[in-house]
Amino acid sequence: MNKKLTLAVGVAVVLVVFGYFAFGGLGSSLVYFWTPTELLAEGESAYGTSVRLGGMVEPGSVSWDADTQELRFRLADEGGIIEVESAGVPPQMFLEAAERQEAIGAVVEGSMGRNGVFQASNLMVRHSEEYRAPQHEGGRQEYYRELFREQGAESGT
Amino acid sequence: MISSLGYLAVGGALLFSVVGTVPAYAAVAGRPQLAIWGKRSAYAVFWLATLAILLMVVALVTHDFSVGYVAQVGSRSTPLFYTVISLWSSLEGSILFWGWILAGYTAAVVYIYRDRYPDLMPAVTGTLLVVNAFFWLLLAWPANPFVAVFPVPADGPGPNPLLQNHPFMGLHPPLLYLGYVGLAVPFAFGVAALLTGEVGGDWVRAVRHWTMAPWIFLTAGIVSGAWWSYEVLGWGGYWAWDPVENASFLPWLTATAFLHSIMVQERRQTLKMWNILLVVATFLLTLFGTFLTRSGILASVHAFTEGLIGPFFLGFITLVLFVALGLVAWRSDELKSEPALDAVASRETAFLLNNLLLVAFTFTVLLGTVYPLLAEAVRGVKVSVGAPYFNRMSIPIALGLVLLIGIGPALPWRRGSPDLMARKFLWPTVVALAAGIVFWLVGARHFMTWLTLVLSVLSVGLLVGEFWRPARARRLAHDEGLGSALLNVVSKNRRRYGGYVVHLGIVIMAVGIALSSTYRREREMTLGIGQAVTYEGYTVRLDSLYAGREPHRNFVEAAFSIGKGGEISGTMRPRLNYYPMSQQPIGTPKVRTRPTADLYLSLMAYDQNGLSATVNVIVNPMVVWIWIGGAIMALGALFAISSVGIIGTDRPRGAEDVAARARPVEAGVGGND
Repeated sequence: MNKKLTLAVGVAVVLVVFGYFAFGGLGSSLVYFWTPTELLAEGESAYGTSVRLGGMVEPGSVSWDADTQELRFRLADEGGIIEVESAGVPPQMFLEAAERQEAIGAVVEGSMGRNGVFQASNLMVRHSEEYRAPQHEGGRQEYYRELFREQGAESGT
Repeated sequence: MISSLGYLAVGGALLFSVVGTVPAYAAVAGRPQLAIWGKRSAYAVFWLATLAILLMVVALVTHDFSVGYVAQVGSRSTPLFYTVISLWSSLEGSILFWGWILAGYTAAVVYIYRDRYPDLMPAVTGTLLVVNAFFWLLLAWPANPFVAVFPVPADGPGPNPLLQNHPFMGLHPPLLYLGYVGLAVPFAFGVAALLTGEVGGDWVRAVRHWTMAPWIFLTAGIVSGAWWSYEVLGWGGYWAWDPVENASFLPWLTATAFLHSIMVQERRQTLKMWNILLVVATFLLTLFGTFLTRSGILASVHAFTEGLIGPFFLGFITLVLFVALGLVAWRSDELKSEPALDAVASRETAFLLNNLLLVAFTFTVLLGTVYPLLAEAVRGVKVSVGAPYFNRMSIPIALGLVLLIGIGPALPWRRGSPDLMARKFLWPTVVALAAGIVFWLVGARHFMTWLTLVLSVLSVGLLVGEFWRPARARRLAHDEGLGSALLNVVSKNRRRYGGYVVHLGIVIMAVGIALSSTYRREREMTLGIGQAVTYEGYTVRLDSLYAGREPHRNFVEAAFSIGKGGEISGTMRPRLNYYPMSQQPIGTPKVRTRPTADLYLSLMAYDQNGLSATVNVIVNPMVVWIWIGGAIMALGALFAISSVGIIGTDRPRGAEDVAARARPVEAGVGGND
């Protein structure tokens, strides 16, 4: 019986210590899903928090420098606008939409900087359109035609 | 036509699942002559399920868009292969596939054990029929794939683009399902043990095999899933702690714990309660995982209540939980057993620690997976738990397991003599320490990775000793060559050495994971046509950029010449695929695999005039060893159960075994598992 008790106590201690670390570790690696409005409402406490920020890209706000790979744009919802600076090449679809001056949903992952600019490490175009037939086929098909013209000889499988 | 036949098949399967439970459980309650009707019902469910699956495949292949599921995932332009495998590309089809596999397992158990375990089998049959009934109810009602569509559409949208982008989609889901669904069988044996009160005997023997088989499939399914996401998703990683991945990993962890702790029960008649709880937890985790991935709850906590599937699953999970715990409470006297620890340095301790670590691992992953759901439901905030949490928690646990993988097999049952232990541990420790110095000197300065490598060397050393020592003993005793002595030792004790091979596979995989995640290098670069760059010793040159059409998609492809040290040695063509139903292009990265490192090219963007392309270049060391390690694990486990021929027909542990147990055990030389 004694042996059993020692064993149980040992296991319990291990579990408590482990649980403490698990819950502690959890808190510091949470990523919050916010809209610009929600982020602005957080005020001071938003700085440094890991955020996945989702909103609409303001048409015409995109500036992309392919040489330095610097991307800047504004992400907005009905209650707020946030300046975003992102590193790395944006997805093809993002650039196409920017070219057409089209509002497009985007999600950026990063955190709010003290300078009021959201520093993003990762940019995703919103997935919500998936599983739905595209409504405006025209835009992309045009680029295809352009590409086919340019490289007619090489096209095909 | 197919629609109505499908209704009949699904309804029939449901009917026989429900009705069959009555004679099956009546047989448990003292009317053994009724058991045969439980068995016949199980066969009937299987044949009807097979009919349903065939009907669905025919509907898919003939593009019969009057069938709801075909209208949802079918398309005339999808190639035949992807049309067939779109069977599991969406909710209803995948549950139908699930139901068919479950019916298959049920019929297989009933058939293979038709003449054995007469006390247990009726309860096993009845319990599996209850699980069948749940899934066939889902299929008959909220997830019915045969719903008739009117007016009949001329064409459909085709399966989810991500799922028709790589042939691995034909392999990974079936393997995963065979593993996942198969874990219902050990659960049924656990329930049968509780119902009949035979918690110490037959079920232990039978359940091992029926856990090993799904375990092999689940292992292969998880590894092939990681490989699929590596080859398809384009970010150069293979594991993101995504809830869908976690859902497959959780029951693997508890099943692995169970496979070890059941050995302690087999050997020492202890841990009875613990084993029952593990087998119940494993099954619950498979249900929970299916709920998580199939109810839409991941998109939003509030989304799943819109359909019936989420509530159905929650109801069934609750039912299973309460019935199982009730049975455990009812049998708690029979489940009592003394702790098995005679000495600290023993195989039992290693198994205990192994179980502790695996359960802690399960808890970690479960907590990180459900926390966002709880936070949204309780506090109304949408959060996700980042990979840093999972990595920080799981790396120490995984390192502990890597260490135990070698130490466990080297420790004897009950207690080891200090002399024997010193002999077993001396050389592996010396080699590991020496290797540690070498690793440090050649530049492996990342502490956790360095530790992984050192512990791996130690474990491999200890495992090699377990092969080498008995082989040498046999060579001396039988005057054989070392090779044939090793072969004889291994083939006479497949269960034991198969297990050690699995251990070696895990060590190889751990090394691959540690090195590839620590020393991965990547850079995004935009190249003009004809422009070349050198990165991490690789030369990458953009040769051309072109667009094209395939029947079911359009694509933009970039051709890169690649090589090492300035010499061009090959071409890689990553592309972006455009599917009509998806606004987003689906990238198809290209991977060139070599034993030391993968070169991974992922096309990110292109200039619309075809003049330049942006590519993510990733150099990923040692990734291939993860897949090799996974294959070794599956093969080792196959070897381990190969000794039993048809599952479960191995000899019962009889007199010779008792004798083996009675003699002083010196593990590594004697012992037989």
